[in-house]
Amino acid sequence: MELTVNGRKAYAYTGGKPFDAALPCVVFIHGAMNDHSVWNLLARWFAHHGHAVLALDQPGHGRSDGPPEPSVEALAEWTLALLDAAGARRAAVVGHSMGTLVGLEMAARAPGRITQLAMIGTAYPMKVSDALLSTGRDEPLRAIDLVNNLSHASIATKPSFPGPGMWVHGGARALMRRMLHGGTGLDGRNLFEHDFRLCDAYANGLPAAAQVRCPVTFILGTRDQMTSPKATRELAAALRAQILTLAAGHSLMTEAPDGVLNAVRQALARTEEPA
Amino acid sequence: MPGASDPGFDTLALHAVAAPDPATGARAVPIHLTTSFVFESSEHAASLFNLERSGHVYSRISNPTNAVLEERVAALEGGVGAIATASGQAALHLAIATLAGAGSHVVASSALYGGSHNLLHYTLSRFGVETTFVKPGDIDGWRAAIRPNTRLLFGETLGNPGLDVLDIPTVSAIAHDSGLPLLVDSTFTTPWLMKPFEHGADLLFHSATKFLSGHGTVIGGVLVDGGMFDWDASGRFPELTQPYDGFHGMVFSEESTVGAFLLRARREGLRDFGACMSPHTAWLILQGIETLPLRMARHVENTRKVVQFLASHPMVSSVAYPELEGHSSHALAKKLLPRGCGSVFSFDLKGSRAQGRAFIESLRLFSHLANVGDCRSLVIHPASTTHFRMDDDALARAGIGPGTIRLSIGLEESDDLIDDLKRALKAAEKAGT
Repeated sequence: MELTVNGRKAYAYTGGKPFDAALPCVVFIHGAMNDHSVWNLLARWFAHHGHAVLALDQPGHGRSDGPPEPSVEALAEWTLALLDAAGARRAAVVGHSMGTLVGLEMAARAPGRITQLAMIGTAYPMKVSDALLSTGRDEPLRAIDLVNNLSHASIATKPSFPGPGMWVHGGARALMRRMLHGGTGLDGRNLFEHDFRLCDAYANGLPAAAQVRCPVTFILGTRDQMTSPKATRELAAALRAQILTLAAGHSLMTEAPDGVLNAVRQALARTEEPA
Repeated sequence: MPGASDPGFDTLALHAVAAPDPATGARAVPIHLTTSFVFESSEHAASLFNLERSGHVYSRISNPTNAVLEERVAALEGGVGAIATASGQAALHLAIATLAGAGSHVVASSALYGGSHNLLHYTLSRFGVETTFVKPGDIDGWRAAIRPNTRLLFGETLGNPGLDVLDIPTVSAIAHDSGLPLLVDSTFTTPWLMKPFEHGADLLFHSATKFLSGHGTVIGGVLVDGGMFDWDASGRFPELTQPYDGFHGMVFSEESTVGAFLLRARREGLRDFGACMSPHTAWLILQGIETLPLRMARHVENTRKVVQFLASHPMVSSVAYPELEGHSSHALAKKLLPRGCGSVFSFDLKGSRAQGRAFIESLRLFSHLANVGDCRSLVIHPASTTHFRMDDDALARAGIGPGTIRLSIGLEESDDLIDDLKRALKAAEKAGT
């Protein structure tokens, strides 16, 4: 559905059912160079199992107007404003990669509004090498191929996403290329460089963690080369996070869709406050 | 910068989408000859039907063996996914039926396989889909033929039978300027010779019966989506951008930014028209694909030798192979097909129809039949077989003469093939005296 957030058109996929603010809300936040469609299966499942779903397109991605927000913190404020626009007072947040940092900031800034936080394929700090940033600036198509390969643990993933016959690597690469072509309002920078600089620049993870009040679950790929599980320990400790692992790379939703569904269901079933 | 790179073509041809079977450890792709798949629970069943989970329900819609074939071809083509169909014709029909309906219009190359011409000119017109044919090299003609109700442009990477190379970068740009996709038939080139998505095509299909299978054993097709066409921005495709009552009111372009076309094609065209592939056929085509790089290299190597032989033979008036400087597509072939122009080509025999008949009937290694892309060498006379429904004017427009002979060069020893052709050409010469 289309919403107006801070005067700009914003889009959120609602999982194939009309959004009903009276139901428990789940907001899905995609990672760099992605859009709502990476959540397709999860969004449909939760929408058809008693939830109001908002799988958003971040500003400048997919169907939401640009320009992209300038920082993770600004993206968190924008997403909270999107919840306001949708009439959702409280929500569980499920993020992937860069989207996990946005969810973390949301839970820190509005601890009374975020009921659970699931962080899929996360790390902190989420540093990006200078080499990848410069390749992203100068040769974004090559950078997309590099990230695409690093994001997948296998060329033989089953089941396919979103359904049989879909080549997971090809879908991920095409989506990033579509985002690259569609990025607007970037003052000369391309969306690849913009998004990965946001990840690299975010430095408020541990102070934010201290403000979080909701139960947090990390869902990590044991073969993740983009956000290694080893790079989560300090943040996981600060958040007292439940850690669930799946045999997958960084693109967990497409490489292990059933496993991620089960893990997110566990994450959203938690009601206790962290100790 | 250093880092991971895409697996190479030969690696993908063997390994893409096929890990050892988790249930049995089988290394080769198992043949899943089953009509249907047991649900874990009622909830599991409902979620599969409602596209909340990925999985298989019924083998007309999807099957694990077919899925490996579909995804492997997509991997080799650089696409986002594919649908295996009962034949190449079924793949073409599925593509058109997904995007066009009564009142729609198609712009197509005039240099098409006879079966494709039949479908467009005779059959689809009966269902209200009209086609305008343009010569593949007539760039202004492509542009001028587009109408407000046009839904796609369509051509063959190498036109049948004259091997006109489709100028995919230019024709796709014309299509995109009008918010239309370009569909190409890639059967003659296979992804080993050309990846049309890299040049601007949006959709492609193969008659997998030919080189992908490679052994002349099964009939099948594969329809592949490049995932880059923006159906919403086009504004011409409500089938993909508006709710579809036939599947939960789904808006396919919202469900999948890059896979909308394939979602609709599978959940409408494959479901309702039912032209699905047998898993056994899919398995045989997969066996062929595993050696596709080796076979295509040999096909091209043999073809070049045969073309050189025929081009210098006194009984041959012309050879239509784009690597020859006199071919009208020579420059385009150098640009788009640097690895070669395949192994199917035509030549014109000097002399009468009787001499042509003597030529074909004197061949021993070449099999006289209606197919191409076999590992064995094949021969046919298009005017009396594949294109027999065309009148002389239509034949001429398609670049076919009464003495045109089409060859499909196989994997035999090239010296043996040339000896066979020499003998048959001598017989043709004698038949004229």
